[in-house]
Amino acid sequence: MSAPLKNSKKGVLGKKVKGFLATKSACRGIFSIVVALLIWELGTRYGLPVLSAIPPPSAVLVSFKESFVDPWYWGSWESSFQRIGLGFIFAQIIGIPLGLLMGTSRYFRELSLPVFEVLRPIPPLAWVPASALFWPTPEESIVFVTFLGAFFVTILNIVGGARSIDARYVRAAVSLGSSRKDIFWRIVLPATLPSIIVAMTVGIGVCWNTVVAAEMLAGHSGLGFLTWRAYVTFSYPLIVVGMISIGIAGYISSAIIRLLGSRMTPWLKTS
Amino acid sequence: MPQPISNGQDGHYHVLAQAASAEMTVEHVCKSYGLKPVVKVLDDCSLVLENRKLTVLIGPSGCGKSTLINILAGYERPDSGTVTIDGQPVKGPGRDRLVVFQETALFPWMTTFQNVSYGPRVRKEMSKEGLQAETMKLLKLVGLEAFADKYPSQLSGGMMRKAELVRALINRPKVMLMDEPFRGLDAMTRKLMQEYYARLFETKPGTNLFVTTEIDEAIFLADRLVIMSNRPASIRKVIDINLPRPRQFQMLTSKEYLEYKRDALEILYVEAMKAFARGKQDAADFMDAYSKTAGNP
Repeated sequence: MSAPLKNSKKGVLGKKVKGFLATKSACRGIFSIVVALLIWELGTRYGLPVLSAIPPPSAVLVSFKESFVDPWYWGSWESSFQRIGLGFIFAQIIGIPLGLLMGTSRYFRELSLPVFEVLRPIPPLAWVPASALFWPTPEESIVFVTFLGAFFVTILNIVGGARSIDARYVRAAVSLGSSRKDIFWRIVLPATLPSIIVAMTVGIGVCWNTVVAAEMLAGHSGLGFLTWRAYVTFSYPLIVVGMISIGIAGYISSAIIRLLGSRMTPWLKTS
Repeated sequence: MPQPISNGQDGHYHVLAQAASAEMTVEHVCKSYGLKPVVKVLDDCSLVLENRKLTVLIGPSGCGKSTLINILAGYERPDSGTVTIDGQPVKGPGRDRLVVFQETALFPWMTTFQNVSYGPRVRKEMSKEGLQAETMKLLKLVGLEAFADKYPSQLSGGMMRKAELVRALINRPKVMLMDEPFRGLDAMTRKLMQEYYARLFETKPGTNLFVTTEIDEAIFLADRLVIMSNRPASIRKVIDINLPRPRQFQMLTSKEYLEYKRDALEILYVEAMKAFARGKQDAADFMDAYSKTAGNP
């Protein structure tokens, strides 16, 4: 019973993909990418300025094929994702409750927000030397720096979100007999959820920026390190492979957050 | 046309049949905002919301009607004066007095069903099945049963007001405080909602306060029409509207209706002029100077 259902679902998806590929905007998109690749290939062959310095797409493709069967390449993905995962998740676990507390308690906010306001403008990478001092291994300091990338974004977004809750919602909820617990779980938290998701979307981007640079500075693995090592060892096509891989990894992470976000806030997509 | 509402005699509409009611009084209430300068909003307001009567409060925009609603609801405290419900002083918000707000205050993250059942749910008063049945019964009453699982953003303006009405009604409040509930609706929907609300009230009258800036809406709905002055607001006049119920829109052209309207408009016009001039100090100065020259030629 479930197998034919699955098949029919696949069939619908296949039709959707085909339908999308037939649209004008999809055709234009594919056309623009093909033309860009063509200019790149021809530019490197005929020695146009700037382009002549980088490897042609054909060489990059060869390097990609080699990487695909190289366990070290996939190990780099794993290391980067692990750092992102740890740093990002810790930023959420600590940042979300702290942000909500600061957003809902004026006392706590006025006591703690100034510290965050001072620390926030420091770029996460400026923390690299300091974190190398107080963490025992480079691994931990990279995760810490990644954590910072998402942490401040999370705090400040959530404080903003929790403070801008429409007073009428709270008033209506109080009139209807809500306890303080109800107000938090049924009003404040869902009302702040959109800000939490915005913070996550921005945060994951900052995390990738940070982790790649930190790996180049202090890492011994990961996609950032792969790209840097390719440069140091003169494997130029691999530089481009590394860059494209980072782009894809960042895209996958944001897509996961977006999906998670729309699942958590079903009331926003309809209007 | 709005659906006809059962008169409640058959016991079908449990909630409405048992509607509790109370009398509220406001005595010598004053309220100011700000420090420098202090803006006096309410100046010695006294008012009685009679039991099972629909009192309509009308006044120029920005005169302090919403402030009075907030004080009645218990969201704000008056600087001086007393507010009582059935003789007991009002100390804070309570579910015996529920507000339907200007723009909808339905929780956007809850479905219509979850919104309407919110009050009894957080107070844990009913069994799950009982609450389910009660909520659906009320949604059916306003014709929203097909929209139980929709979010407010998927409802039209009129549907949202209906959902908000039943979200309050399910709690059997003794007093309903309506703060310009139909503002922002298009003209046709607004008319339908007025008729709908009048039928709902006539089916089982409870104590209602309805705030508006629109004179036709006010007279169409009111048992008693209370006219507020410009800021600092006080009660200028109370007119008993003795039009027969059920109210019909044809009454808006009757002789009695037009007399009520003329009386009310005479007062409102003066108050509205003051509000208009207040917005433009230059205009006020000009009028002041003009009246002086006119006085001493």
